[in-house]
This record gives sequence, structure tokens and C-alpha cells, in this order.
Amino acid sequence: MALDPKIQAATLLHRFGFAPKPGGLAAFYKDPRAALLAELDKPSAGQIINDDLLSAGEAARASYDFRQERKAERLARRAGDELDKAAARDAANAAKEAAKSAASNPMASPLGEAKPEMTKPDMTAPPAPQAADAKPKQQPGVPQQIYLEEARARLDNALNAEIGFAERLVWFWSNHFCVSADKGQVRPLCGAFEREAIRPFIAGKFADMLLAVETHPAMLLYLDNARSLGPNSVAGLRQGKGLNENLAREILELHTLGVRTGYSQDDVTSFAKVITGWSMTPLKQPENGGDFVFNPRMHEPGPQHVIDRDYDDRGVEQGRAVLARLAVHPATAKHIASKLARHFVSDAPPQPLIDRLAKRFLDSGGDLKAVSRELVVAPEAWDAPRTKMRRPGEWLTGALRSTGIAPSDVRPLVQAQNLLGEPLWRPPAPNGFSDDSTAWMDGLAQRLDISNQFARRTGDLIDPQAVAEASFGPLLSKDTQETLARAESRQQGVALLLMSPEMQRR
Amino acid sequence: MTFKPHLASRRELLLGSGALFAWAYMPKLAQAEGRDPRLLVIVLRGALDGLATVAPVGDPDWVRLRGDQGLRLDGDNAALKLDNLFAINPAMPNFYRLYQAKQAAVVHAVASPYRERSHFDGQDVLESGVTAPGASDSGWLNRAWHALTPADRVGGRQAFAVGPITPLVARGPAPVMSWTPSKMQPASNDTMSRLLDLYRHTDPALGKALEERGALAAIAQGEANGMTPAKVAATPGIPGAAVRAYFAEAAGAAAKFMARADGPRVGALAFDGWDTHAQEGAAHGRLSALLGALDGAIGAIETGMGAAWKETAVVVVTEFGRTARINGTEGTDHGTATVALLAGGAIAGGRVIADWPGVGEAALYQARDLKPTTDLRAVLKGLLKDHLRADERALATVVFPGSLAVKPMAGLLA
Repeated sequence: MALDPKIQAATLLHRFGFAPKPGGLAAFYKDPRAALLAELDKPSAGQIINDDLLSAGEAARASYDFRQERKAERLARRAGDELDKAAARDAANAAKEAAKSAASNPMASPLGEAKPEMTKPDMTAPPAPQAADAKPKQQPGVPQQIYLEEARARLDNALNAEIGFAERLVWFWSNHFCVSADKGQVRPLCGAFEREAIRPFIAGKFADMLLAVETHPAMLLYLDNARSLGPNSVAGLRQGKGLNENLAREILELHTLGVRTGYSQDDVTSFAKVITGWSMTPLKQPENGGDFVFNPRMHEPGPQHVIDRDYDDRGVEQGRAVLARLAVHPATAKHIASKLARHFVSDAPPQPLIDRLAKRFLDSGGDLKAVSRELVVAPEAWDAPRTKMRRPGEWLTGALRSTGIAPSDVRPLVQAQNLLGEPLWRPPAPNGFSDDSTAWMDGLAQRLDISNQFARRTGDLIDPQAVAEASFGPLLSKDTQETLARAESRQQGVALLLMSPEMQRR
Repeated sequence: MTFKPHLASRRELLLGSGALFAWAYMPKLAQAEGRDPRLLVIVLRGALDGLATVAPVGDPDWVRLRGDQGLRLDGDNAALKLDNLFAINPAMPNFYRLYQAKQAAVVHAVASPYRERSHFDGQDVLESGVTAPGASDSGWLNRAWHALTPADRVGGRQAFAVGPITPLVARGPAPVMSWTPSKMQPASNDTMSRLLDLYRHTDPALGKALEERGALAAIAQGEANGMTPAKVAATPGIPGAAVRAYFAEAAGAAAKFMARADGPRVGALAFDGWDTHAQEGAAHGRLSALLGALDGAIGAIETGMGAAWKETAVVVVTEFGRTARINGTEGTDHGTATVALLAGGAIAGGRVIADWPGVGEAALYQARDLKPTTDLRAVLKGLLKDHLRADERALATVVFPGSLAVKPMAGLLA
């Protein structure tokens, strides 16, 4: 299919980046592939430069301290109640003495009706989006504050990116290796997880990303490995407890080989044994609480057979060896190749494209820059029709970038993503959010609601026709152009712009 | 940006859960008999621990299997006795009451034909009705409904659904629409019609998607206006009152729609959160709270259906069960057989239907899971055949392809 080079360029930029910032696409028309790949060549590709953000360990300790303080306050309050009650009893007794009245009920203190809270000590405080309750408005707790700061930093990176290919890769890998903030202690770690285990490796080796992910406290907590015990380990024998195979299974099924690639239940169980002891330092340790630790007392002793190889027990090295093998397995190459092609190009990507990506993955030993390059230069990436729905996060980011609106508060964005079914770092299950366009089409009515809200607030500031021209250039259809031109107000035009097929699809 | 913060959606409460889907045609054969049956399918995603829901307390191997973590008939929070072998989780008093009133039944040691342990493949088989995962883009419920001869199509009687993402079980040739309760203002009609006009010329698929949902919103308005978003109290770990409220509201709203004379007759809801790998809490924790929320949802359906309850069948299914033994973190890992729950005035209840395999070491499937002895498709086919009068041949070929040998279970309906 011989397309106009401008159309091809615009297609590529939308497919692999976000919708463009004001100024539009024109600057990249000459060599869009080079422009995309240049983002990966920067030493800071995909990284967030922000010294204020906490490392995972710092975030875990800060959240722990916060919970401890809350707990202490509660205890103090309860102790205070007891004192109040005692005082009330004394007063009542005195009154009784004096008047012989039956004032046997101690008066309730102002806080006396506060019911004892059943919060478990190891649970994070509930996340902040609390609906207004009877209680006075509370500052969000530390875990939620961290979550929002991380969300803000992530949004800024997406808004400021030149084209956004590196950031789109971050989002892809973050969804591939997802963790969920809905699991108590994971909430404050989600952002750190992405910055520490995903971002540094998007143009590096898959094996390095895999190891960083599977040894990250957020993942070890999310998929329950932090407390999995080798049944014959020191701790396992003493506590009479054993394995949790959740992480091992999802590494095989979701992170590397893919489902139905020939591994067995025995492989899952053996692999779960291999990674016993991959855990975290207790949070109460002020220096390194919450950091990854290999705890030999939890580790199942002895050699293990996983898939097609035997692995001697060399402590943490045993698990590293399995991961290193999985990272370059042909099934992993195929799995990653088809997911990448599906995410960027088409719900049903052409097989030759998948094959080439898989081959590149294998030949390069899992070099993700090489694989990304293969994807961008593929003729299929130029030619495939623009049928993929932009996922909610991509769509919202695109709406902000193309209209040049800089949000002062990240919370409305977070809430909009919730409403659209793609809440940030909160996938419904370990396989992440769907990459299937029809799934996202179901939320179109919600997108319209959000577009209207957006337009209601920004309508007069934005010229929808000019934005459409700059953002979509040669992709802009006559129909959309006319619809925007005929809109009854700029405000209506903005809503229609955000809902246009050009803005919905890529 | 200055746009107003949206009120938290229900999805905020429980991710991806609580979708209601339905079609609005009356099945002709059933109607000819003077019946007007309702069928509501509830999918529990994440794999429900059947042994913690309905425990074989009378099985001599039970205590050895689960010890302190297993439900029992004595002590604090005792399970509710169903018969000499089984007792139900005490978090489910509504279900127990219905059971005693012969309006609820349990099918135990049941499983879909899927024998691996991937959630996503398991859900795919459960919802698609096709034995090979990933082989179908449509769900058995949709195809079953599509195969029935519609009696008539009443104006405004469109399919509908709650939640932005349609689950597989409800996707397919029969048109389905989704509806998400939301306090956000709907688009003006003018913007909507301009947009639909644009889509008609440029992207008909988008037009169809928006039209269906838009029409639905209009139908739903009357019913839904009274609904206010439940308070968001997302407590990680143990689901709280908000989850209870959410389950009950989603299910209750579904029932109210389906109870209407011009409402849909078949619907589906999905609830997530059953993947209890750690700290399962069958009697006092996470699972107990979830089962309590499910029980509240069943109660809300009974209330919401009103007089239509007597013609209602609710079936609760999950992709597979969990390991028979408790794992190293006081939870259970992915397993095989589990329970299916049936409730409704149309159900011949008051019994646990099970070809019980036992839970002794030797009886376990692959030495780890409850052994499946009943094919879930038999139960679903029984319901579709006797309740909706679905054609048995269509059930064996289109709805559950290749299931000729799996006979519809008889006698499920009162």
C-alpha cells in the first residue's frame, strides 16, 4: 500500500507516541523513525529526573512510620478515653456519695464513641479518595500522598515528552509486569517500582528488567512471594508452613513464556521453591527496612528441575539462573513479540511482524532497543490501518498535550482514569489491562462525559479546528473538519474534537 | 486543569467488577407456556474456594485437610448445616434461608472442562463455553440467548450492562449494551447527535458503541436516578462495607431492571477479588467478607425482583476452585473443582447436588485439588433448557460446542 509519506509519518507518530504537543507533527515529518528512535538513544530514555521521589525502601519505611504513628495516636486517644472515663467515674461516684443518686453511668467523653478500630498493623491506611464522610476532611495518608506524587511525576513525563515513544514503552512494560496499588502495602511502592524496575531497562536487556521486576519488593508483595516458605527450609520447618506459588506461576504464564507453552504444574511448584527466600527486610529496620533481601532461612534447600533444566541450590543464584534462562527462551521471545505488536500495531498483528520481532529478540539476547527498532522500521507499522483504540491513559494524555492544557492537580486525571476503567497502577488482575480495542470501546460513553466536562471548563480557550489541524495534519478527515467547523460553540467543538475518531484511534 | 473532580465511580470500589449485562427479548417458547423466566449469571473472577464456601464438614477427612482453617459446625462462627455432609459459610445467611425455603441449591465438586490453572484461560473457557481457551470471541450466554426465538421486541427493550467493559460471557451476536451508574452529567443531545453523525461517516463501529450505550443511559435514567454512588472506602485486603454496598447495589439494580415488564430477561454480572492466595480468611477475613457481600447481593436480587423472584434463576459460577490444602501463607493456590450456587424462586432448592469425591489424600485430583465429578456445562445446560427452553441441540453445538456427551442436568427447576 503506497501511502502519502506525510500520512505515513503522522500514522507512525501517533501509533508510537502520544498525540503531539502544540506545534504539532510538522517538525517530525522528514524522518519520523529517526525522531522516534532518537528518544531511545538518549541516556535518560524513559527515566524520570526528580530527586524528590522516594525509593521503594524509603516509601515503604515512610508508610510504615506513618502507620506506626497513627497506631500510637489511636492508643493514646484510647488511653485518654480511659482517663476521661475514670475521671467521670470519680465524679459520678462523688456525686453519688453526695446525692445518693444512681449516677452509675460514666459520662461519655467527646471521643468516647470512637469505636476501637480493627485495622491490622500491617495494613496500609485506606487510600485517600474517601467520599466526604461525617468526619472532618483528612489529609491523605502517606501511602496515598506518595501514590499521587508518583502519578504527578509520571503524568509530567508524558506531557513533556517530545513524541513519547520512550514513555509509551514504559507504559507497555509497566502493564506487562503490573503490580496493583489495591494490595495494601503495594500502594506507596507502585511509582518506585516503575522507576526502579521498568524505566531503566526499556532500551536495555529484557533479562535485566525481568530480574529487577521479580526482585522488587512491590512485585514480591503483590504476588505473595515475600512470605512464601520452602517447606523444608529452616523457617518452613519451624513454622510448619510452606509455599505460595502465585509469583512463580505468573512469571511463567504472564511475564516470560506465556500460557500454554508447555510448562507443567511441577515446573510451577519447583520454580516456586527456587524463589523461596526472595523477600524483604522487616520494615521496622530504619536503614534498610523494605529493601529486597534473600533470606536463606526461608529458602527451600536442594536442587530443582524447572522446564528442561536442573538448577543446583546456590541460594539466590538458583533463582537468578532460572530467570536468566526464561529471559532468553524462544517462548518468551514469541510472547513478548506478539504482545508488543498487539499493543502498538493491531489487535490481530501480522504474523510475519511477530516472527521478525521474536527473531530479533532471540538473536540479540533480548535487547529491547533492538526489538523496539525492529518494530518502528517495520513496513506493517506504516501500513496497518489505524484501528487501535487509544487506551484511557493515552487518550487523556493526548487530550492534554494537543490542547496544551497543563493540569495543576493530578487528581482529576487519576479519577478520570478510574472512571474509564484503567485506574493508574490498579489493574484488576496480574495480566494487566486489556490490549483489545473492543474492550475499550465499551467505555466510549464515559469518554464523552469526560470530554464534556473538559470542554465545559476549557472550551473558550481552545480553538478546536486549529488543534485538530496541528495534531492530525494529513490524518484529519474532511468529516471531522466539517463537524468541528460547524460546532455550535468552541466548547462543543472541543468535546467533539476529543471524541473524534482521530483522537480515539491510533 | 480546572475541570471538576468526578465523583468516584463504582469501579473505584472494586476494579472491573459488577458488570450487568442483559438482553431484553422474551424467549418465545417459555412465554407460550405462560411463563416469563429470568436468568441472571454471576461470574466470580479469581477462582472461588468452593471448600470454604460449602464445606464437607461431615467428611471424615475434612478436619485433617484444613484443620483450624476449615469451617466447622461447632465453635465461634459455626458453619450453617445444609445436610449431613455439607455446611455453608456463616457469612451467607440469605443463601441459607433460601436453601431452607427450597429456593437455593448447591452443586459441588463441579468444574468447567478446563484442567489447567491459569485464571485467564480458565475464565475464557468458563465464559466462552468453548473448551479451548482463546478460541472464541463470544460467550455462551450471548449465544444461548441469540439461539432462542424472540417472542417480540418491545420498544426500548434493549440490551444493557453496567460497567465500561463487557465480559466475554455476554459478548457475541446478540446485541448487548452496557450502563455505568455515574453521577456525571450526560452529554447534551445535540453534541451526541453531531458525534453520531460524524461516526456514521467515518467510523461506524464507534457510532454503534456509543449509540447502544447512549440509548441505554436514557432507559436507565428513571431507575437509576435514585442511586447514589456508595462511599469509597477501598480498604486494601479485607473488603469493607463499601464492597458490600457495591455488590448489593449492582445486583439490586440488575434485578430491578429485569423485574420490569419491559425489562431484559437474561443478564450477567461479574465480581472480582476471589483470588485468595494469602490470608484467605474463610471464617473471619477476606473471603468471609466477600461471601457476605455476595450473600447481600443475592438478597438484593430477591428484593429487587419482587414478584418476578418466583420466575427467577440466579447461578453463581467461577473459573475453577482452589487447592484443597491451605498453602504456606494461610491461603490457597489455584485448583480445580469448586461449587456453583443456584438461587431463585424457580430453582428446585434445598439440596446439595454432588457426586462427592471425598477429600482424603487419595481422592484429590493430582494429589492437590478437589476432584471434579460434575461438568459445570451440565448445570448451565440444564438451566438454559428447562428455564428458558433453549433447544438441546443448539446447546450442544452452538452454546457449548462439542458438548453432546454432557447431558443437561435435569430437575434443577421447581
